[in-house]
Amino acid sequence: MAVDRGSHLKRLEDESIHIIREVAAEFRNPVMLYSIGKDSAVMLHLAMKAFYPSKPPFPLMHVDTTWKFREMIEFRDRKVKELGLDLIVHTNEEGVKAGVGPFTHGSSYHTQVMKTDALKQALTAHGFDAAFGGARRDEEKSRAKERVFSFRTQNHGWDPKNQRPELWHLYNCRVAKGESIRVFPLSNWTELDIWQYIMMEGIEIVPLYFAKERPVLEVDGQLLMVDDERFPLDGRTPDMKMVRFRTLGCYPLTGAVESPAATLEEIVAEMLIARTSERSGRLIDKDEEASMEKKKREGYF
Amino acid sequence: MSVAENLTPEAFSEYLASQERKSFLRFITCGSVDDGKSTLIGRLLYETKLIFEDQLAAIERDSKKHGTTGEDIDLALLVDGLEAERQQGITIDVAYRFFTTDKRKFIVADTPGHEQYTRNMATGASTADLAVLLVDARNGIQVQTKRHAFLVSLLGIRHVVLAVNKIDLVDFSEEKFNEIKAAFETFAHGFDFDTMQAIPISARYGENVVGQSEKMPWYKGPTLLDYLESVEVQSDLEDRPFRMSVQWVNRPNLNFRGFSGTIASGKLRPGDPVVVASSGKDAVVKRIVTMDGDLPEAVASEAVTVVLDREIDVSRGDILVPPSHRPEVADQFAAHIVWMAEDKLYPGRPYILKIGNKTVSAQVTEIKHQIDVNTFDHLAAKELHLNQVGFCNVSLSEPIAFDPYEANRETGAFILVDRLTNATVGAGMVWFALRRATNIHWQATDVTKDSRAAMKGQKPAILWFTGLSGSGKSTIGNLVEKKLSAMGRHTYILDGDNVRHGLNRDLGFTDADRVENIRRVAETAKLFVDAGLLVVVTFISPFRSERRMARDLVEDGEFLEVYIDTPIEECRRRDPKGLYKKADSGQLKNFTGVDSPYEAPEGAEISIDTTTGDPEMHAERIVTLLKERGIID
Repeated sequence: MAVDRGSHLKRLEDESIHIIREVAAEFRNPVMLYSIGKDSAVMLHLAMKAFYPSKPPFPLMHVDTTWKFREMIEFRDRKVKELGLDLIVHTNEEGVKAGVGPFTHGSSYHTQVMKTDALKQALTAHGFDAAFGGARRDEEKSRAKERVFSFRTQNHGWDPKNQRPELWHLYNCRVAKGESIRVFPLSNWTELDIWQYIMMEGIEIVPLYFAKERPVLEVDGQLLMVDDERFPLDGRTPDMKMVRFRTLGCYPLTGAVESPAATLEEIVAEMLIARTSERSGRLIDKDEEASMEKKKREGYF
Repeated sequence: MSVAENLTPEAFSEYLASQERKSFLRFITCGSVDDGKSTLIGRLLYETKLIFEDQLAAIERDSKKHGTTGEDIDLALLVDGLEAERQQGITIDVAYRFFTTDKRKFIVADTPGHEQYTRNMATGASTADLAVLLVDARNGIQVQTKRHAFLVSLLGIRHVVLAVNKIDLVDFSEEKFNEIKAAFETFAHGFDFDTMQAIPISARYGENVVGQSEKMPWYKGPTLLDYLESVEVQSDLEDRPFRMSVQWVNRPNLNFRGFSGTIASGKLRPGDPVVVASSGKDAVVKRIVTMDGDLPEAVASEAVTVVLDREIDVSRGDILVPPSHRPEVADQFAAHIVWMAEDKLYPGRPYILKIGNKTVSAQVTEIKHQIDVNTFDHLAAKELHLNQVGFCNVSLSEPIAFDPYEANRETGAFILVDRLTNATVGAGMVWFALRRATNIHWQATDVTKDSRAAMKGQKPAILWFTGLSGSGKSTIGNLVEKKLSAMGRHTYILDGDNVRHGLNRDLGFTDADRVENIRRVAETAKLFVDAGLLVVVTFISPFRSERRMARDLVEDGEFLEVYIDTPIEECRRRDPKGLYKKADSGQLKNFTGVDSPYEAPEGAEISIDTTTGDPEMHAERIVTLLKERGIID
């Protein structure tokens, strides 16, 4: 099943395909950041469409913090194999050696070392001059001004005052050695667009998005899933609850929502009456006001 | 939380079907500082229920910290994104917002209104189909309103809403509203907008934004949202001639060769004849390929892959068009350019120009006039500054296909990129092709550069000496030429001072003239290279951009940059022509190193430090370099 021609979803699809092709045509060494979540699933689907009957002419890369949900990793490996694509998995080995994790070091430090630093290491090591990310402008305030082609310095930093004006569909793809561009093909999609597109295109997503009885514990008002033995139970017993996730990341940093929505239709229906935005499930944004902007300056996606 | 208890499966399917029929509108909001743009967008998001509870809580918290509305929630804080601007209380960049109703999905570009941000407005307008111009009912039409209307029209937006905001502050006065509306219509008449709708609103209290205001029974027109939901902006894009710029050549194996791209206008069916606009090579469309299957027809804005019935030469940037409706093909055109960089636009300076998927080298040969965006007056100009708009002649390194912007926004728009910083410095809209380009074709000659050079038993090259006045360029350059000449090589020397007596007699020392000075010399050196000569150029040539331009004129390996690296103190001590003395005492203006900048080379083939050794030795090093590079034996 495909989206109807003439609909707003088709317009978004065409625009994203244009962006993805432009990167393949203009950059020397692009890569697609694949985070395994629903946005990545849509981005990957669009990349498959953009180059058909060819395969996307760039590899996928996953920055593995070692704290992702197990189901995410299984899904990733199966999907990549099915599609016959190249996947680079990068982990910050120094962080692993130092035993960095969200339970012991806090969300902020963990994210810095295992996600932001790891991403920078990988981009530098492979010499990528363009990296696709699945971020959307509707996710968070500081993202609303983000360019589709977001320029990054040699240190992968983002300077909000030094971004290139973006006119029409003419993207400036020129970078000096060591500099790079983060490209966001889903910039103009909203969360609802993503779900509707997944439904209409029949895109497979990680089962964690669908409600199921899962072992959870309440921590600071968030429901966290006990995904492996590293979760410090401190004598508590996880409750089995019907939950699902609106966003996926490191399991100790990703809050579940109680919900019986076990099908795409039910998820979309639930979306329509939702009262909280999806980022509220992400603990890292709550640390401080404008925290996303700070993270981006440091090189976070 | 219960899942869609109220949604029956039937209601849900109906909802999905309605989503599929939903149309799309991109618009921009423009207004002066404090006209209430951010509040209006915040209001639209709030009323269309796209503010979630946690975001609302965050705004309440923020309102106490930064808000300008006292105890009320400041909806503007929802849309003012970055920390810096939140602290300053102004919007400093284009922000894109999304909201959706049952009828349409909207993308709003929120653009700032102060003069120095003209470039942001141009950016927001470039992808919009409609503009909402805000005015404060208390102040009426301001200079900024005129500027916004002008830019909106320049960027090709055909539909305008005049939102007369803060109508509550003038007691919902019908008279005041009519006065503003009339004033707007008077000056906007010349812009020839397709539709123009004035609406009295109060963004802060939501009057006439979504619901009809009870405070203004005299106003019978639509509310802002009603209007945005129903206005017909669908251009006749599909009925215009077919255009597709090839973005990527799709070649998975020897059996498949397709051309991927987004259709800019018109429609395409298998069996349609097409030509490559720039070469005139023709073919017939065999298939229109997508992952969802071949299409019987594709239309404007669709991203497709086209397979032709025969092998013809097509590469990225070529435009496929119908044989009966071809675009212009020329290497010169006249265009409006919005300048977006702190560094000024100088005629003669080379820039990278991107139009469609084609990238070429370009220079502005002449600024016909600058347009005062407030009064629309035409002013004479030798350069363009940040946020200025000029009407210019543009010359390209090769002929390209394009349409006038008025006829096609996708094939008539271009950006200019700085060669050194890679910044996007200008946005342009093609007005018309310049005929002389169409009629003057490059005369192909039978004797080639290679044969001319072979006759002389050498490879041609440019030795480009750069450095401060008095650094020793002419002295060393002269010695190099003598040595080459003694070896039986054919050479020529272009000296900065000498050329200013003839070819460049008409040029002074302003930045703009320095750029033109170097352009002419570079072109001359290129002709000599074409004649097979070894050319020694000794020019201060202070700017990296122009040296880069000279380098790009000839083939790889034919340009050797020689940096005569003598510190200014040493040059000043030598002062062979007494020029530093004059410059230091203010008798000589724009002197490089004194009151005009010198940009040292970053990737020179050779650097010569003249504080050690002697000119003879330095000249010998340069001759050795020529040998190493295989230019001479």
